Amino acid sequence: MSITHLLAFLPEFVGLLGALALFVICLGRQPTPAARRAAMCIAVTTLGAAALTATQSATLFAGAYRVDAFSQFLKIVLSLGFVLVLLLNGELPDIRSEVKPEYYLFLTLSVCGLLMLVSCIDVITLVVALQLAAFPLYLMVPMRRERTGQRSQMEAAIKYLMFGIAANGVMLFGLSYLFGLTGTTSLPEMMRRLDPFLDSPFAVAGLGFTFCGLFYKLAVFPFHFWTPDVYEGAAHETAGFVASLPKIGAVAVMVRFVSLAGPESRTLAGLLTLLAVASMFYGNLLALAQTDLKRLLGFSSIAHAGYGLIGFVALEPAGYTAALFYIVGYLFMVVACFVVVARVAPDGVNVQLEDLAGLHRRSPLLAATLLCGVFALAGVPPFVGFTGKLALLTAALAKGHLTLVVLAVLNTAIAIYYYLCVVREAFFRDADDRVAVALDWPTRILCGGLIAGLLALGILPARILAAIQGSLSQGPMGQ
Amino acid sequence: MSVSSSPDAFPWLSVLIFSPLVAAGIMAFLRGERLQRAWALVATLVVALGSLPLYWRFDPTTAAFQFVEHASWIPALKVNYTLGLDGISLLLVLLTTMVMPLCVLASWRYIETRLREFLVCLLVMESAMVGVFCALDGILFFVFWEAMLIPMSLLIGVWGGPRRIYAALKFFIYTMSGSVLLLVALIALRLHVGSFHIPDMMARPGSGVFQCWVFLAFALSFAIKVPMFPFHTWLPAAHVEAPTAGSVLLASILLKMGTYGFLRFCLPITPYGTQVFMPYLLGLSVAAITYGGFAALAQNDLKKLVAYSSVAHMGFATLGIFVLNEAGIEGALLQMINHGVTTGALFIAVGIIYERLHTRELARVAGLGKHMPVFATFLGVFSLSSLAFPGTNSFIGEFLVLKSAFLYSPALALCLVPGVVLAAAYMLRMLQRVAYGGPANPHHAGVKDLGFRETMSLAPLLVFVFWIGLHPEPFLRVMHASVRHLLAQANGAAAHGVFVSP
Repeated sequence: MSITHLLAFLPEFVGLLGALALFVICLGRQPTPAARRAAMCIAVTTLGAAALTATQSATLFAGAYRVDAFSQFLKIVLSLGFVLVLLLNGELPDIRSEVKPEYYLFLTLSVCGLLMLVSCIDVITLVVALQLAAFPLYLMVPMRRERTGQRSQMEAAIKYLMFGIAANGVMLFGLSYLFGLTGTTSLPEMMRRLDPFLDSPFAVAGLGFTFCGLFYKLAVFPFHFWTPDVYEGAAHETAGFVASLPKIGAVAVMVRFVSLAGPESRTLAGLLTLLAVASMFYGNLLALAQTDLKRLLGFSSIAHAGYGLIGFVALEPAGYTAALFYIVGYLFMVVACFVVVARVAPDGVNVQLEDLAGLHRRSPLLAATLLCGVFALAGVPPFVGFTGKLALLTAALAKGHLTLVVLAVLNTAIAIYYYLCVVREAFFRDADDRVAVALDWPTRILCGGLIAGLLALGILPARILAAIQGSLSQGPMGQ
Repeated sequence: MSVSSSPDAFPWLSVLIFSPLVAAGIMAFLRGERLQRAWALVATLVVALGSLPLYWRFDPTTAAFQFVEHASWIPALKVNYTLGLDGISLLLVLLTTMVMPLCVLASWRYIETRLREFLVCLLVMESAMVGVFCALDGILFFVFWEAMLIPMSLLIGVWGGPRRIYAALKFFIYTMSGSVLLLVALIALRLHVGSFHIPDMMARPGSGVFQCWVFLAFALSFAIKVPMFPFHTWLPAAHVEAPTAGSVLLASILLKMGTYGFLRFCLPITPYGTQVFMPYLLGLSVAAITYGGFAALAQNDLKKLVAYSSVAHMGFATLGIFVLNEAGIEGALLQMINHGVTTGALFIAVGIIYERLHTRELARVAGLGKHMPVFATFLGVFSLSSLAFPGTNSFIGEFLVLKSAFLYSPALALCLVPGVVLAAAYMLRMLQRVAYGGPANPHHAGVKDLGFRETMSLAPLLVFVFWIGLHPEPFLRVMHASVRHLLAQANGAAAHGVFVSP
């Protein structure tokens, strides 16, 4: 392995070294502050490394691992998301104090898994990376502090684990079909050999089952059952992480797998349409009835998984570009909402909608962040949610999916009500005697950055869209 | 239609759109409420003065878009940043910039809490409103159109009256639900035409069925914004609960966006759809005029009365648009301006009453004219203007609309008569009570007449009432070419029978 290879592998390498270092730190005395600082250092260094290797391209590990524009772009996004999540974490007020250093270790490992996931072009490495990203999460969910009347984190963790393992089983089953049809585990090779079988039910079933594992991550109906419970049961910081970064990884892998199907797969398009519509309606209609802010965000995330799938229904690069852009924007939207959840409840209790009352007086910056985040989720311009939806709808309509597009905009109209309910509490209600929320500097920087990100991606998305388009034009398989 | 002869060297429209935003940014650094108020006033006045050259430099002999700016914005989605004005949008832009300083004046004392945020909302609104009228790219239009919802609902929801939450939510949900299909229609047109450029969309109408669907998607969105009967129910709630400046913005500018949308999108882009659905829209307009009149007659709350009168007045505007002749559209355009002037002034007047008496009940404000003679004079003129008294601005507009209705069909014109009579009834009833009504209400003692600031917030509108009423030519002059071109697009194309489904 030459030095150029190492350079191409730099972000993951930095992350893994950092995880090792964190492991050593965990063994020491008083490890929490050191672990926190170390994690931040790792995140920033990974981001730097990802930026440094943005233009690299290489094939590593006997063709199992490809570093290209597509993967490097996503690595920058993922490591940026890592930094955002660490800023969101703050001092981890709601994690049991004896496991805080390990929390950072698991977080770093999970991000490493995601960083590798976007480069995998062999089914075996892909599954390994997927598990590396997933298993630390199973452990992070129950790390929430216990208190009287709040033991839902255990229930959430079990649900998350059970659904996760089951979805993985189905995915492996689907992969076995694909392997059986093609006799290879390498995705580019698989794509070539799958071509004559594309219309066979085996190929469709294989792809469909494979997607199940990714649908679970994205929380697409009917693989969504864990979502509201995990959001509610996990600590705010953990939920913020679960809600954002793994979905980017899942969308990236989806892009690689959907290209296996080719542009004319009617069955697959039909299946994806069905799931998209079901997710949107299910998520939005159930969100209408929620009073717990995190559960509301959970159901809204199911709806957003449906929006994301719209891009895949088109089965062509314009749609994948839109889906990737949307999920990148979604990172900012969801972190913006979760930073409000985490800061409004400093003692870690779940936030009810009425706890937001008068937020625009108690903390104008948090209220502004919430406003931008929520309206971005609702798809109101000039925020990124609108630009993303525009790209998604254009891609789908260009392929003639008029019904899907109309159903999607109807969902936007349904969803606006519960997003407005959040705004209503934060802006239109009086604070009564609720205390002001004091923010430390990292949080203020995070809030400012998120608002700027939501606006910039919404108003000036040209360069990001061009970057995604460019990276996809090399082919997600990198032929 | 070609966009313009040559792009203007100086980006007039961009400067107009973005200077309020810059002013809002500077507002964040200003301490002290006096300074913030003064800054908002200066900024809006400068924008108003800055918009005047548009009128002088506008060439009324051509229907082409002028002051055009064009830049690539999101190439991946074929979205461009294209701005331009024609005879239809010019006066609306000027109306927007002129009304803004009056809004700041009208909220001088009215707003007591979170003044800075309030003024920021007003300035952001100004940017978005000017943007809507200038945008020549479908998505740019949509962005301004929707971006307006956030500051407007905050204006209602944070600074509004007792039922402000209900009103703000209703306003937001209505408008947003209406416009989601507008977005689909725009995307469908973009896929049909190849770009979001509005003049391109006008140049390449689609098949008949396609046009009908696109027309319906457009019309739903615009009808909610106007609001046309039966989509008007958000309007009284929003008007009543909004602070004075919010009501003025809603009445003077936001409602015009619906009718502007009809003129900019429905008529030229879907001429066939317009022809098909024209009778229904005329029917709804007549319904709005009559219904708004009766409803206004029954109100005891001054703001509600003016709000329902808006429904009736906007009915005249939509009627003028959909009879599809020159007098009608020019009358509708003039009526849009008139309504902005007159109803804006009436809302400011109601706000002035409310600041003094903290009530808008007709019974409790009766007889106020004895204590406030200057105010009563203003109110009298604006009420007469609202009922289209000869010599005032609305007379010209309503006359043109009635004439066009008569040209279209005498029966239709006959249907409008009750509306005209009702307008006189509800306005004179209001004026009679407020100015001359009843024995002195005890709690009116010590009420002061208008101060200098309040006079200044009403006087400019008074000038326009008489200016348009006595000499409307400067206002009509700029419309002629564009309206004629619009009619050619809406009628001519249909006459050639090119709309056979492919």
